[in-house]
Amino acid sequence: MERIEDAGVYKLTEELAIIQTVDFFTPVVDDPFTFGQIAVANSLSDVYAMGGKPLTALNIVCFPIQSMDILFLREILKGGIEKMKEADVVLAGGHSVDDQELKYGLAVTGIIHPGRVLRKEGSQPGDRLILTKPLGTGIISTAIKAGLASPEVAEKAARTMATLNRKASEIMLEVGARSCTDITGFGLAGHAAEMIEGTATGIVLYADSIPILPGTRELAEMGMIPGGLYRNRDYRQPIVQINTGVSEFLSDIIFDPQTSGGLLISIAPEKAEILLERLHQAGVQEVSLIGEVTASSAGRIVVVPGRT
Amino acid sequence: MKIVDARNLPCPEPVLKNKQALEATSGETITILVNTPEACQNVQRFARSQGCTVEILEKEGEYVLEISKTGIHEAHEKSAAPVLLITSDQLGTGDEALGQLLLTTFINTLGETKPRPARMLFINRGVMLTTEGSRVLDTLLQLEKEGVQILSCGTYLNHYQLKDKLKVGKITNMYDTVNSLLTAERVIRV
Repeated sequence: MERIEDAGVYKLTEELAIIQTVDFFTPVVDDPFTFGQIAVANSLSDVYAMGGKPLTALNIVCFPIQSMDILFLREILKGGIEKMKEADVVLAGGHSVDDQELKYGLAVTGIIHPGRVLRKEGSQPGDRLILTKPLGTGIISTAIKAGLASPEVAEKAARTMATLNRKASEIMLEVGARSCTDITGFGLAGHAAEMIEGTATGIVLYADSIPILPGTRELAEMGMIPGGLYRNRDYRQPIVQINTGVSEFLSDIIFDPQTSGGLLISIAPEKAEILLERLHQAGVQEVSLIGEVTASSAGRIVVVPGRT
Repeated sequence: MKIVDARNLPCPEPVLKNKQALEATSGETITILVNTPEACQNVQRFARSQGCTVEILEKEGEYVLEISKTGIHEAHEKSAAPVLLITSDQLGTGDEALGQLLLTTFINTLGETKPRPARMLFINRGVMLTTEGSRVLDTLLQLEKEGVQILSCGTYLNHYQLKDKLKVGKITNMYDTVNSLLTAERVIRV
């Protein structure tokens, strides 16, 4: 594959390819068990985004053995294993190193049909864009570090991050998506940009349809903005056009770096409603149609206040 | 004058340093040093959300932020005057037009009566009174001139995209609102 995709795909036969990805990071929540769950959901996400089925995983651990209680690590791994079970992924081993800063994640191997790989590219003008999880985890994680997120806000964000993209992935394959990526560190705008970069198509996003975690706006107004949001914005500003009527908050949130964010799915217009309905039925509650692919403004993202 | 050095600190630490300094001071100006544009913006956002005024000086990649506690916090300390919490555009329940008329009369009467409240918090449909089309704007502007803080719920304004229709007072958030109510000696819910 010529472009950078969410995961690496290696064709074994005409029918079978392996798909591999690795991701690990520092804690985004205070509770170790929950952090373990989130790290696993996040690591598996790249496989789901491409339409693959993860099978095995290897733990990657960096742990400050001198300064932190080993019980903490045990809880993280317990959370991780629980999430792997939920995903029907087998833990095949792992490796740990002594490090001043705690980090946890996985190297994941899965399978995929080489002819049915969902890439980032491939959207057609008129395609609808569907996002399966609300935004705001970057801002809320920043506030958690500062001790300014309320327990309810932190808890809801943690549950969102710990949710597997598995169901969303399976359903989009059944309904027939055109292309897909998952929303992580570059934020919605950054990952959306990757879908259309260098193509003849553009993207329109409806600001009022973008799902957002409760509490995010208040925390953003209090300056709980992660450095990554500013970097994402500076990097993508040249290709992102914010139309009048879009609030400052909404023009910021599209750059919020996400941990274990949702899938951004591009799908033919006639299938969009079916996909939304199926996702709702399967319990993907906060899924939303947030925009569409256009034949105009090639390679650019235009954010409008709402769908007209 | 208090100087806080928050240079070379990752977000959100500069904001926390600012918060601690604001909580520890009674009214003086705080000077915060930061050396990234992100930290500068975040500290500024936080200070504004707390009702402070902020002046920024940039010099060779370093930012000096002068933060003055005005408004809200001064009022917290000196005020035994009540806080009015207004969560609707009507007074009482019943006929809508009558309820609206009653609230209009209430606010206008408030404008002619002493003592003044310390603060008036407009939440949910209460925001109808501080935005374009309100029938009590003159009274509220007069009250504000006399030092009564008029604060409108930012969430409501954003939700109905009314931010540029706000005609009197400042925008507030839930953090400030909760803080205002908890630190007030008396809250009157209208």
